[in-house]
Amino acid sequence: MSSGIAPGRRATRLSGRAWVPYAYLAPALLVYGVFLLFPIARAAQFSFFDWDGIGESTFVGLDNYVRVFQDGQLLEAFGHAFVLIFFFSILPLAIGLLVAAVLNRSTVKGLGFFRTVLFLPQVIAMVVVAVAWRQIYAPDGVLNGTLRALGLGNLTRPWLGDYTFTLPAVGLVGTWVATGLVIVLMLAGMGRIPREQYEAARLDGANSVREFFAVTLPAVRGEITVALTLTIIAALKTFDLVYVTTRGGPGTSTTVPSYEIYRRAFEIGDVGLAAAVGIVLTIVVLLITTVINRIGDRS
Amino acid sequence: MKVSALERATNYIVLVFFALVVLGPIGVIVSLAFGPQSASVAREGGGLHWENFADAWVIGRFSEYMTSSVIVALIVVVIAVTCSILAGYAFGIMRFRGSGILFALFLLGIMVPTEAFIVPLYFDMRSVGLTNTVWGVALPQAAMSIAFGTYWMRAYFRSSSLAIIEAARLDGAGSFRILCQILVPMGRPAILTLVLLTFMWTWNEFLIPLVMSPSGAVRTAPLGLAFFQGQYTQGTALLAAGAVLVALPVVIVYVFLQRHFISGMIEGAVRE
Repeated sequence: MSSGIAPGRRATRLSGRAWVPYAYLAPALLVYGVFLLFPIARAAQFSFFDWDGIGESTFVGLDNYVRVFQDGQLLEAFGHAFVLIFFFSILPLAIGLLVAAVLNRSTVKGLGFFRTVLFLPQVIAMVVVAVAWRQIYAPDGVLNGTLRALGLGNLTRPWLGDYTFTLPAVGLVGTWVATGLVIVLMLAGMGRIPREQYEAARLDGANSVREFFAVTLPAVRGEITVALTLTIIAALKTFDLVYVTTRGGPGTSTTVPSYEIYRRAFEIGDVGLAAAVGIVLTIVVLLITTVINRIGDRS
Repeated sequence: MKVSALERATNYIVLVFFALVVLGPIGVIVSLAFGPQSASVAREGGGLHWENFADAWVIGRFSEYMTSSVIVALIVVVIAVTCSILAGYAFGIMRFRGSGILFALFLLGIMVPTEAFIVPLYFDMRSVGLTNTVWGVALPQAAMSIAFGTYWMRAYFRSSSLAIIEAARLDGAGSFRILCQILVPMGRPAILTLVLLTFMWTWNEFLIPLVMSPSGAVRTAPLGLAFFQGQYTQGTALLAAGAVLVALPVVIVYVFLQRHFISGMIEGAVRE
């Protein structure tokens, strides 16, 4: 491990003194260690204690982890996070692949402009996005207004106050944010496929659908991996969106793990349990990203 | 490949459709921001209500929130980018014991969600008196940006020309002079991308300022907006104007330097 940097090419030693590299690392390690690594270790420690945030703490072993898997509300929150993966990742990926495949069939003038627009939701603060969508979903908001104007008045509902529709409504905001990113990613990947591959496929008598599965899809495996990694992490750690639009409501129909961590630690004062939920969430994130990257690299 | 006019037309229809889907919700909030604050104002008419922004600035106290955001963003960008350049330099160019394990530690920070450490972080910072201070809000975000920044700068230094470094070394330049006088000036595009991404992440961050400043002493712009939404319930014009104000700084920078944002976020996605 000691010379892990591109063996053979980067074997430079800029200075004869061995401590020099560590001196360059020191400031980063200090800030990173104190404000990120150390708190992670502390989170593991916290998760073995019962503590209300003020008084004495008592060691409870794995009790908090047992509670994570027995607490109906926490399990429900994780369930919601998995539903959000569909809206944040699967749906954008399906749309992104389809749209990019259609666009990739010919060169499009002005693509740069459209790319800038499609990517825009990625740079707007999620809180702003959430405020905008709250207005759209409001009982007398744009969505219900449009439905009434189209003569579909019986479909109107309080979109963020309905036990069935609120989670999908929140999820669709995620779809809105992620789809442009995925389209841009897929376009970049598909743009690198040599034209000859398509011509060869056409000579073999492939139609556009076969072409898509035989040529396009295998070529963008790497981009699919990146898209899934980014969007699934975003789905699993959704916080701002839920905090601003629903606060987990109505009832508990849109709670998510991050929101539960915040609520348990800072509103209810069940600090050990909140830390345990954080650890479990982290393990879920690392597991899923590892699996996706393993599958993606197998090609 | 021969392309029919029909195919070309389909492309534009698809692109325009998705552009409208993206711009629709943004259009809604912008038009609300320029709309009348109340029904009585609406009767007077008067086109675009620019005064909403001034009112939000004062009534919504966005002047205060934006100032906090600027200070926090400045601290995070300066600390994170400086530390990342130095650490990326070591990882990218130098050979030393433990570099593999240390770099893996930094990669961990890119993947670990804030939720993993926010709880103990708050209580530990509270016991050393850093909560409700600019530093308490800024330093954890600097740490998170250092994880990505080190990864990003290492990639730049690894792609830099070894010949130039060797030549400078033969001229007797030390490692720090090579960094400051050759590699940093040459790496301006990579560094600019890092500055922009760090600025955007910090400006838009919600959870850390929410938790680290429970008293509201350091309320950054997104937090101020969420707070304003809960407080101010007379109409939506000022809320929408506030939302536009919060989004505007990043969007303006994005419009001018969009290449950096897009390439940074796409190339920066960890694939190791």
